[in-house]
Formats: sequence, C-alpha cells, structure tokens
Amino acid sequence: MSINGRAYIVGAYEHPTRKAPDKSVAQLHAECARGALADAGLTKDDIDGYICAGDAPGMGPINMLDYMNLKVRYFDSTDVGGSSYIAHVAHAAQAIAMGKASVVLITLSGRPRSEGVQTGTAMRPGNPQVPDAPWESHFGPTTANVYGMVAKRHMYQYGTTSEQLAWIKVAASHHAQWNEHAMLRNVVTVEDVINSPMVSDPLHRLDCCVISDGGGALIVTSPEIARSLKRPLVKVKGAGEAPKGQFGGNVDLTFSGGAWSGPVAFAEAGIRPSDIKYASIYDSFTITVLQQIEDMGFCERGQGGKFVSDGNLISGVGKLPFNTDGGGLCNNHPANRGGITKVIEAVRQLRGEAHPKVQVPNCDLALAHGTGGLLGSRHGSATLILERE
Amino acid sequence: MADHVIPAPAQNPESEPFYAAAKEGKFMIRRCTGCKKAHWYPRAVCPFCFGDTEWEQASGEGTIYSYSPMRRAGYTIAYITLKEGPTMLTNIVGDPDALSIGQAMKISWTAAADGTPMPTWAAA
Ligand SMILES: [Zn+2]
Repeated sequence: MSINGRAYIVGAYEHPTRKAPDKSVAQLHAECARGALADAGLTKDDIDGYICAGDAPGMGPINMLDYMNLKVRYFDSTDVGGSSYIAHVAHAAQAIAMGKASVVLITLSGRPRSEGVQTGTAMRPGNPQVPDAPWESHFGPTTANVYGMVAKRHMYQYGTTSEQLAWIKVAASHHAQWNEHAMLRNVVTVEDVINSPMVSDPLHRLDCCVISDGGGALIVTSPEIARSLKRPLVKVKGAGEAPKGQFGGNVDLTFSGGAWSGPVAFAEAGIRPSDIKYASIYDSFTITVLQQIEDMGFCERGQGGKFVSDGNLISGVGKLPFNTDGGGLCNNHPANRGGITKVIEAVRQLRGEAHPKVQVPNCDLALAHGTGGLLGSRHGSATLILERE
Repeated sequence: MADHVIPAPAQNPESEPFYAAAKEGKFMIRRCTGCKKAHWYPRAVCPFCFGDTEWEQASGEGTIYSYSPMRRAGYTIAYITLKEGPTMLTNIVGDPDALSIGQAMKISWTAAADGTPMPTWAAA
C-alpha cells in the first residue's frame, strides 16, 4: 500500500493578511477555507473531510466544523506544531485512498502578531503534567535559545559559520522582494545578518523568522475529482513523518526527525533528493533550514554550511531553489506554524504559478518539509513529495 | 548578566522526590533496575526497556554538550552531559563568554523564585 498517486492537491490558498487585529481566528480559518475552495473550483458542500491542528480554536476539529457548518465523514486533528499541515496532506491522502473521504479541507490560522506574542524569546509556564515540564520549563527553553544550541553544536562539530547561516536569510530575502505580501521585502546581505542584534548566541535577529498573523488552506482530493477540475494536477507522491526527542538523555543535536521522515518519503515517491527541482524547507530559523537540508539528503551531514553558501538556495542562481515566497524568514509565519505555507508555495511552483522572477523552470518535482515543536529538544517532522502530472 | 530569577518548578509526583533531595543538596538521577541504564529526565518507567527505575545520587560532574546565552534575558540555556551518561537541559550560571563546548562543569544549585534549589551548572 502506498499513497503515491492516490490523492491530489487541487486547492491552495494563503491569506494575504500579515496583521489582522480586526479578525477572529475562526474567521481567518473560514476565509482561508473559502479561498482554497475557490482556487480548486469546488464548493463548500463538496467537503467531506476536515483536518486542523492546535491553532484551530476549540476542541480538535469540533468547534471549527461547527463554525463553518461542515458535515464531514472524516476528521483528524493531529498536532505536531508547525509541521502538522504537511503531515495532514498525507493523512488526507490516506483517508482518500481508503475511501473514507473524497474532498479534504486543511486549514491553519492565527494572529500572534496582533496578540503581541514574543514567540521566540518568552518563557512559558510549564504544565506540570507535561512530562518534561518539571525538569525543563523553568530553565527557559524559549524557542530561539533551543535552536541556538543546535546552531552552536553544528558550528562546534562541523565548523559551520554565522556567515554560512546568513546565506539562508539572504536567499529568502532575494525571493521575498518579489512577494507583495511579504513582511520583509528588502534584500539583505550576509553582513546585514551577522551585524543584526544577537538574540540567542549564535542566532541573530535576522536568523529568526517573522511573527505574523494570517493563515492558509489546502484541498486534497481523489484522482477522479482532481481530473474533473480545471487546475493543474499536483499529485501526492510520497510522505513521511517522524518524532525526535532526547532519547532518554542520549541527546544528539546534529539531526532532526527529518533524517527519518525524509528517506521514507523519498522511498514512497521512488525518487532521489537530486531529482527535486524545488524545496520548501521550514525556516523558523536559519539553522532549521541548514539541518533539514542535510536530513533530506541534499548534501552530506555537516556540509550544510558549504551547501547553502554563495546563493545556492536562490532561484535562478543556485542548485536548490528554496522558499521562493520568502518563507517564514521574510514572508509569513502564520500562527507561528509554517507548515501550510510550505505546501502552498510548493503547489504554486508545480503549477507554474509562482512569481515569474522566482518560478523554477519545468518544476515537476517538489518537496515540502517541516519540523514542529523545538528542533533542539523534541519535535515532529513531516516530509511531503509532490509531482506535477 | 541581568537579574534573572528561575521560576518555581512545575511539579508532579514523579518530580517531587528530586526536589526534596535537592533541598538536602543531593543531585539525584534515576537508573533502571532491569537494564541498569541511567536516564534523564527522571521517569518511573525506563525509557529504554520499560522496566522499573530507582533514584541514585549522581556525581554532579559533567561537560557542556551545547549552550546558548540570551544576554538580554540574562540567562544561558545548556545541555550538560553528566558523568553518569545522560545529557540534561539546564542553565549555566556565570559569564557566558568564558564557556566552551566540552568544558568540565559541576552542579551549582540556584534558588528559584520560591526558594527551591535548582540544578544549574557552573565551570568546574
Ligand atoms: Zn531499562
């Protein structure tokens, strides 16, 4: 059994807002749902499956299903942080392959910017029944510093430099200049990044993603319905998911769960990393991208610094065009969860609907990969491989 | 470093004995009675074999696996690899500019906001 060829993404919508103090979170979800349906050429009544994650207000999918007044025969609310929505596409494909649904809606929305959340640096009170909280939450594993430890270790073990990490932001900024919705549209240099204020050593402000409001939605459907629509065919070809934690204390910060989810996805798709024409790589921080590029097998472990340098991630310049919407680093990180925008830009690339300045020629194979949770302590990883048919 | 106060730890029945021992200056870890492996963070059920575990006093010696100072917030997060094997997430106290990965460290208790002694680390 495989999901390869059993489902297609026919609707993809990214909310244009980056600051939405005048909208509710449920409203943003519904506006995204409406946008994805319009993109697909489907209607509300066609939806018979719904998937959301922890950003959806209420209990799992229940409150949002009621708000949107959707009657479905399949639902799921797998929550693995920002990578959830990449896994959701695979879960939707599985449900469709098993005949449990035919048109599955996936939504994400949130407004951390309007709510003034200090996403990267604020300490969070520990829930004492979360098993690691009595041992860790008081030590302030925020976000920036846990990723900072990953970067520090990578530098120690492999000689990676701040300049190499900076190239990831530089590439994202080259792409974001063409995205009218991007929060940060100015092209930056390596010097701009390493001269920006230190947030958590060795990560600078410009090594971090933006904090934005917004959202996105996807529609996954069966091959039969996909072929009846007027949209280009974007096939789900392979997927993998994997957790990674501290291994009972055998902590190893040199890889993420992507080292397991990636090979599973490539095996299911029957392709190799070198076949990928475009990659959406979760970019909560520059180090997130570097490590996941190694985990996906785009380069040898430890060689990520060298691989990302000199514009190798810039569309039209380098070998691996990535995050051509500007990514979380420059464009958008709605609900502090970047997984859905990763899939959306991959769909745009495969359809040939990315901005002409960043569109990858003959883009027939794309990857979307993400990590949700904390790269340096415990997280979920999800990899998705898509093909233009 | 700015004045940073560690909040009182969240507590559940698995962690309470650790903090009770900490008040006597003892740094405790848990080891499996079946596979004999030590682990971190402490659990009643062994994360390696699902066997039963028991408390033991640890040496309080370790080395830095990685760290990241947030200078504006005034604290340094770190992973310290204990002499007994497991690596723990913690804070390092003292000048972050004097630290390096692999450096020898020793436990150095810091009082949390409610006075609970917290297992932070300092240069050995
Ligand atoms: Zn055991």
